Amino acid sequence: MRSFKDNVLRGLLWLAALLTIAILVTIVGYIFYKGIGLISFDFIFGDYSPTGGGGIWPMIVTTIYTIVISLVIATPIGILAAVYLQEYAKQGRLVRMIRFATESLTGIPSIIYGLFGAVFFVTTLKLGMSIIAASLTLTIIILPVIIRTTEESLKTVPRSYREGSLALGNTKLQTLYKVILPSAMPGILAGIILSIGRIVGESAAIFLTAGTVAALPESIFSSARTLTVHSYLVTQEAGDIELAAAIGIVLIVIILILNLLATLLSKILNKADY
Amino acid sequence: MVMTTLLSKHNKKVKEDLQQMTESNGKTKISVRDLNLFYGEKQALYSLSLDIQEKEVTALIGPSGCGKSTFLRTLNRMNDLIDGVNITGDITIDNENIYQSTDVIKLRTKVGMVFQKANLFPMSIYDNVAYGPRGQGIKSKKELDKIVEESLRGAAIWDEVKDRLKTSALGLSGGQQQRICIARAIAMKPEIILMDEPTSALDPISTLKVEELIADMKKDYTIVIVTHNMQQAARVSDKTAFFLNGEVVEFDTTDKIFSVPKDQRTEDYITGRFG
Repeated sequence: MRSFKDNVLRGLLWLAALLTIAILVTIVGYIFYKGIGLISFDFIFGDYSPTGGGGIWPMIVTTIYTIVISLVIATPIGILAAVYLQEYAKQGRLVRMIRFATESLTGIPSIIYGLFGAVFFVTTLKLGMSIIAASLTLTIIILPVIIRTTEESLKTVPRSYREGSLALGNTKLQTLYKVILPSAMPGILAGIILSIGRIVGESAAIFLTAGTVAALPESIFSSARTLTVHSYLVTQEAGDIELAAAIGIVLIVIILILNLLATLLSKILNKADY
Repeated sequence: MVMTTLLSKHNKKVKEDLQQMTESNGKTKISVRDLNLFYGEKQALYSLSLDIQEKEVTALIGPSGCGKSTFLRTLNRMNDLIDGVNITGDITIDNENIYQSTDVIKLRTKVGMVFQKANLFPMSIYDNVAYGPRGQGIKSKKELDKIVEESLRGAAIWDEVKDRLKTSALGLSGGQQQRICIARAIAMKPEIILMDEPTSALDPISTLKVEELIADMKKDYTIVIVTHNMQQAARVSDKTAFFLNGEVVEFDTTDKIFSVPKDQRTEDYITGRFG
C-alpha cells in the first residue's frame, strides 16, 4: 500500500515536471518553427522598412538601450536599498512598511506604471516619448524585484560569516563588501536576470513612454520601438505571425546572451574581490 | 530580597576567592568587576567578578544556558551585535576599560575569537588566514605570505595544507577547518584568544589535536575557553570557572575545582549529578 502511494506520488511529480518541460519545448519549438525561416543576416542587422521585408536592427538597438539604462540605474539603487533595509535599518514599523510597499509594487500591473511614466517622465519632466522615459519607467518596475531578491539573498548569508569577519577586527562596511555581498551574489544575480526578463517582456509600459517610432534611435532622448512592442504591432496590425515569431527567436537569444554575461560578470567580480 | 542577599553573599565569596588568587599568581590580563548583562528585560549574567591571568588557559564550564558563552562574548564585545543587550559593570583588559574605550575594532584585533562551529569564509585557505591582516590594511604579498605561513604553523596545520593554500577552505575536514579558524585568529597577532566550545563539533582525534594546540598556544596567548566537556577543561586549563544560572559559583585553579570543590553545586556538576 505504502509503495503504491509512493509510486503514485512519484508519478504525479514526474508528470508535473514533464508537463512544464513539454510546455516550454512546445512554445519555443513553435516559435522556432514559425520564425526560423525569416532569420537572416539582413533580417537582424538590416534597417527597418515600412513597406515590408526590412530588418529589425533599430528595435534590437532600442531593446538593448532600455535594458542597459534601466539596469544601470536600478541595480545600484536596488542593492543599496536592500542592504540598508536588511543590514542597517532598525527593524521596526518603518522598515515593515517599506517592505510591504515594495512587495505591493511588484504586483501592480505594468500598464499602471506605464500611465505614471507617461504622465510623470514624458509630460511633467518633459522628457517626451523617449528611450530615457521608458527606461526610467522600467527602473521603477524592476526596482522592487531587485530589492526583494537582494534582501532575500542577504538573509541567507550565514550569521557566522558576519561574526567571523567582525571578530577579526573588520568593520561592518568591510564585512559587507568582502564577505556578505559576495556570498549573496548568486541571489542578487538571480534578481537581475529576472529583471532583464521583465524589461524584455514589457510592452504596455514602453508603448506608452517610448512610443513606436521604428527607426534607429539617434540618442536616448529619441522615441523608439523595442522588439516586444514591434512584435505586438506586427501581430496586431499586419497579422504577421511569422515575423512576430522571428522577433521572438531574437528575443530569446538576447535574453540567453545577457544571462550568460551576467553570470560571467559575477564570476569575474567574485574573483577580483578575493 | 532573598535574591539580593544571595547575590551579595555570593559576591563576597567571589571577592575572597579573587584575593586568594591574585596573591598566588602572575599578571592579571582581564579583570571583570560586577558585570551584569541583560537581554532586554531578562538578566543573563549576575554581577560577575573574576580575574583572568596572562598566558594561562581559563576554562568556563557549566550547563547549557548558564551564561558562559554570553560572558565570553562580552570580552570582545560580540554581544554588541545583538539588539537590546545592556551591560553594567566593568571589564578591563590591560587596565583599559573595554566598554569605555569605544574602539571595538582595536579591541577585536587584540582579542581573537574561535567559534563553536568552524566559520571559514567561502574563499581559499590563504585568503581566509589573510582576511584579518588585510582588513588591517596589510597589502604586501611578501608580508601576507609570511603571516599566513606563521599562523598556519602556529595552528599546527601548515604541513597538512601548505600545498593547497589556494584551494577552497571549505573542502577541508571539520577538524582542519577549526584549526584554520585558529590560524585565522592567530594571524591578527592577538594577545587573548576566546574559544567558544571549539571542539564540540569535532571527532575525538581532531579534538585531541586542538587540545594539544591549546596547550601549546598558552605560552604566547591568554586563552579563555568555554567547554561542555569537563574532561577537556581538566586537560587543558589552569583555572576553571563554574557558571550556573548566570553566576560564577566557583572560580579556582582547575586542580582544586576538580578535586576539592568548595561549593556543593560545583561538586554536583562535575560529578555529573546534573547538567
